[in-house]
Amino acid sequence: MAIISNSTTIADAGAFSVSLGSQVLIKTLTASSSGTLSFVHGSSSVVLDSTYPIYLFKFINCHPSANADFVFNASADTGSNYNVTKTTSFFHNQVNEAGNYHNLAYQTGNDVAQGTGVATLSRKIATGNDDATSGEMYLFNPASTTFVKHFMSRLKANQNISAQYNSDNFSSGYLNTTSAVNAIQFKFASGNIDSGTIKLYGIKDS
Amino acid sequence: MAVISNGTTLINAGALDSGVATGALTHIKTLTASSSSDLSFVHGASGVVLDGTYKEYVFKLINMHPASSAKMNMFFSTDSGSNYNATVTSSNFSAYHAEDDSATSLYNESDSDVAQGSTVPLIRNLGGDQADSSGVVIMHLFNPADTTFVKHFLTTDSYVYGSSYAAFSDRKAGYVNTTSAVNAVKFAMASGNIDSGTIKLYGVS
Repeated sequence: MAIISNSTTIADAGAFSVSLGSQVLIKTLTASSSGTLSFVHGSSSVVLDSTYPIYLFKFINCHPSANADFVFNASADTGSNYNVTKTTSFFHNQVNEAGNYHNLAYQTGNDVAQGTGVATLSRKIATGNDDATSGEMYLFNPASTTFVKHFMSRLKANQNISAQYNSDNFSSGYLNTTSAVNAIQFKFASGNIDSGTIKLYGIKDS
Repeated sequence: MAVISNGTTLINAGALDSGVATGALTHIKTLTASSSSDLSFVHGASGVVLDGTYKEYVFKLINMHPASSAKMNMFFSTDSGSNYNATVTSSNFSAYHAEDDSATSLYNESDSDVAQGSTVPLIRNLGGDQADSSGVVIMHLFNPADTTFVKHFLTTDSYVYGSSYAAFSDRKAGYVNTTSAVNAVKFAMASGNIDSGTIKLYGVS
């Protein structure tokens, strides 16, 4: 049955005909001392294919069990192996809580050159009860079998190296494969994701 | 006919009621390149909305692939696309990492700055020599219909640089230095065509 109001079809054939917005929440994962949080297409209602041309991950207060980098990897075999080749860049802008240290710098220790290991999204997250990292990452057209898959991220972190810093972390690059990427995994480089939420959105095609 | 549930109006007068939550991002228009000399979004043409309807517009460029490696430029118009010559001042900084790990950098890319010019180098050197090379961009344009203030924009991108196999990322901020309404935006390669790629325009409520 269609729902028609003032001669305008609002819903028909089991779907809305009017726009409900172009950013669609696909899945929310919540950590609880979790080793990894993974979004695998076709598993647990996750959509990560050609349904959307752009996917957006939102990271909300991801808190580590140990001082570590927050990282991700990608899979082209539905999560059996997280080892897609990638080239990435990474830089950050820091200020310490004392306000006497300011640093905008490229971090060669956190980029990847045609490696299959993890890529850093946020660096050296502190473990204080109120410390965490939050931000977002765009992933473009993961289902393309023609082009590499670009990503761009920006995450803010409470960072602890030798002192407590506010850190603004920027990473971008490409998953250097023409196979479809159908799973993304997030974790801390060591220890667990004590707590935190990661949301996956699809940005609609039309 | 209105649709009312539990005393709350959900649908009335041919539309969802304003109290019904929908997403804040509204898709306006998609343009797809096929050996195209440019892709242009002109308010009022082909279903494009680029006026005071939204305070913020977002352009998403997906897998832009040129006929050959070249700069991709962006232009603004205040006369519905008759002339893409609105004045811009913008800054740019870039980070890159070579695939062979031979070079990295974070630097102010002054070649991509614009000082009261009308051509904005959106992507410095978009690789087209390899079939799988491409670039992506997100560009925010704020309040283009404003007739009091200049029009600010922010961009972030990721692309395969030229033929040198490097991951490049530029971040740009600037303003269209006019108090006239901006009502058209054009994207084009500095030389050659846009072989393929998609640009989507969204409005932010």
